[in-house]
Amino acid sequence: MALELEHVNIALDGFELCADLKVGTGGFIALLGPSGAGKSTVLNAVAGFVPLASGAIRWGDARIDHLPPGDRPVATLFQDNNLFPHLNVARNVALALTTRARPSKDDTRRAEEALSRVGLSGMGARMPGTLSGGQQSRAALARVLLQNKPLVMLDEPFSALGPGQRQEMLALCREVLGGAGRTVLFVSHDPVDAAQADAICVVIDGTMSPPRPVTDVLDAPSGPLRAYLGK
Amino acid sequence: MARRPGSIAALFVLSLIAVPIGAVIWTAGGIAGLNAADWAAFRFTVWQALVSAALSVGLAIPVARALARRRFRGRSALITLLGAPFVLPVIVAVMGLLAIFGRSGLVNTVIGVLGLPPMTIYGPQGVILAHVFFNLPLAVRMLLHGWLAIPAERFRVAAQLGQPVGRLLEKSMLRRTVPGVLAVVFLVCTTSFAVALILGGGPRATTLELAIYQAVRFDFDLGGAATLALVQLGICVLAMAALLLTDVPDALGAGLDRTVDRWDGSTVRDAAVLGLAAMFLLLPLLAILQSGLTGLERMPVSVYAAAGRSILVALASMTLCMGLAIAIVTHGRTWPRIVATLPLSLTALVLGTGLFIVVFPMLRPSSVALPVTALMNALFALPFAVRILSAARDDAEAQFGRLADGLALKGWARMRLLILPRIRRPLGFAAGLAAALSMGDLGVITLFASGGQETLPLAMFRLMAAYQTEAAAGAAVLLVALSLGVFWLFDRGGRVGAGT
Repeated sequence: MALELEHVNIALDGFELCADLKVGTGGFIALLGPSGAGKSTVLNAVAGFVPLASGAIRWGDARIDHLPPGDRPVATLFQDNNLFPHLNVARNVALALTTRARPSKDDTRRAEEALSRVGLSGMGARMPGTLSGGQQSRAALARVLLQNKPLVMLDEPFSALGPGQRQEMLALCREVLGGAGRTVLFVSHDPVDAAQADAICVVIDGTMSPPRPVTDVLDAPSGPLRAYLGK
Repeated sequence: MARRPGSIAALFVLSLIAVPIGAVIWTAGGIAGLNAADWAAFRFTVWQALVSAALSVGLAIPVARALARRRFRGRSALITLLGAPFVLPVIVAVMGLLAIFGRSGLVNTVIGVLGLPPMTIYGPQGVILAHVFFNLPLAVRMLLHGWLAIPAERFRVAAQLGQPVGRLLEKSMLRRTVPGVLAVVFLVCTTSFAVALILGGGPRATTLELAIYQAVRFDFDLGGAATLALVQLGICVLAMAALLLTDVPDALGAGLDRTVDRWDGSTVRDAAVLGLAAMFLLLPLLAILQSGLTGLERMPVSVYAAAGRSILVALASMTLCMGLAIAIVTHGRTWPRIVATLPLSLTALVLGTGLFIVVFPMLRPSSVALPVTALMNALFALPFAVRILSAARDDAEAQFGRLADGLALKGWARMRLLILPRIRRPLGFAAGLAAALSMGDLGVITLFASGGQETLPLAMFRLMAAYQTEAAAGAAVLLVALSLGVFWLFDRGGRVGAGT
């Protein structure tokens, strides 16, 4: 199975973006570029929050760009507001399994298991507002794990964390999502974060380059990226 | 997003408006039948609304300015007091004004000591005084929004430059804000019925609403009432059109307890302005409380039955209003919300006349007095409920809509897990407001009710008309307690557990 963006063109309020991409199962791909270049727009298009002007998005043989967000094989972690503040952490995580008012014992157990996989054992009863930023990110990641969607979009969910914690969270994502065979696209401004990826797509001025090995991109950056990285 | 309930709710509201209005237009057959007294009512309606609006806004400007630039203990309480007229039954406030400005009130006592001739509150001056009492706080709250919208940095720049704040910042804000406030107060004063019923009357102080009531209740002239209702409708539609052309600030919104640092104005003058405004608003209420507590014992038993009916009507009205409002705000499109604002351009007496015309051939109007009152009260609270809930629902969707989409939360699951928990606080506030407005309403019930169906405001009015002043004051205290009680109950219910 592979995620394929085929001659994708997005036009939004005068901003235009072109993207072609093919990533196999289990890939951990960084989208690197300056603010406003269109990195989040690519993720939003894959997730179904932004319509395509032309082109196609495929997962395996199936075309998914006409599906509503909830029916796509995609889970997204946003920059903020990933948890419903009025539901406790376990309930937030269990939303991946059920919309019932009271999750079943089995759903609650699975939510607690997912929470312990991200280092939040015993925190299911806490309300999101009582957790630190890093813990909130972990709780949201636990729900993504349970969502059982093969594609995961990380739209800078760790941007409010310090550099060390951000690295730690990316490593955790790589470990738990990669271990579960998920394909991950993540947005980054920072070459240190992007270095954790298998490959990097550079997004500059509305154009996304195909994925290239990390060392190629960061050690020998091309024109506009070199300027962005200050090399 | 589930659209069908919202469409059904909006169509229901539309039919509740269209059927009575259709009956009014059909029965009136134009305005050719207006006699000299009707034209006098038309002229008085427009004149008193213009004067009331000008006085309310003119007096509100110094009060709002003083509130915007002064920090003092009790400021929040004063701002809360300015919101009281929203839930205070009109008839109670009018009775309070009678206690201060009436024949044996405080003001006439002082005038008598000074050896001057007594003043009377009945007539045009009383109608205008009562309208200023109700609309001064409304205008202050709306103008205060205008003041607080001026960025704090601009006051700092003005202070550094030594420039007069009034000319540099306030004049342009007022030019933008005042027309909208004037239009709102004008509309409120043209649609006010209870004030004219108690303080107006006679050839000099009969409004169109009062003339409609008299045509139905005293003359049983449904054709004449329909003609007057058509004229009233025309005034309201024109006032509403003026509102749409102006920038109307929010009077229900929160955030008014902020202050911006200022370096201008006289503290003494601001204190005097605020003190006078607080006295004007508080004295009538305190007077009612004082006489009402002793009057509670003198109330006839029938008042308690009327109170029971008022509670039932308020609960039914609130339930219907909130059901309609939730369906409309979650619809996702604009047209149902526009339909929900239509009652703002109508009056209970206009719709009541239409319903009376529709109901009369089939049923005894008094047999449906309470259901019709609940229905009308729900309809007239709907624009406020929709306005309050819309912002919260849109905010919840903006913040968590994509997350809910990603989790495939749709229909009832989305409502239960996202929308209702996120709008819980405004839902409680809107429910409290709808119940309190219904509890204090003295409008359509006057057209329909006979002896056995009176609500508490109507029972109180009849006690006042029978000069049982102490018993009426007791009923006023009971009415205030119930109005504030239902408001507090629902508002508080919405706040519990909504802090996350």
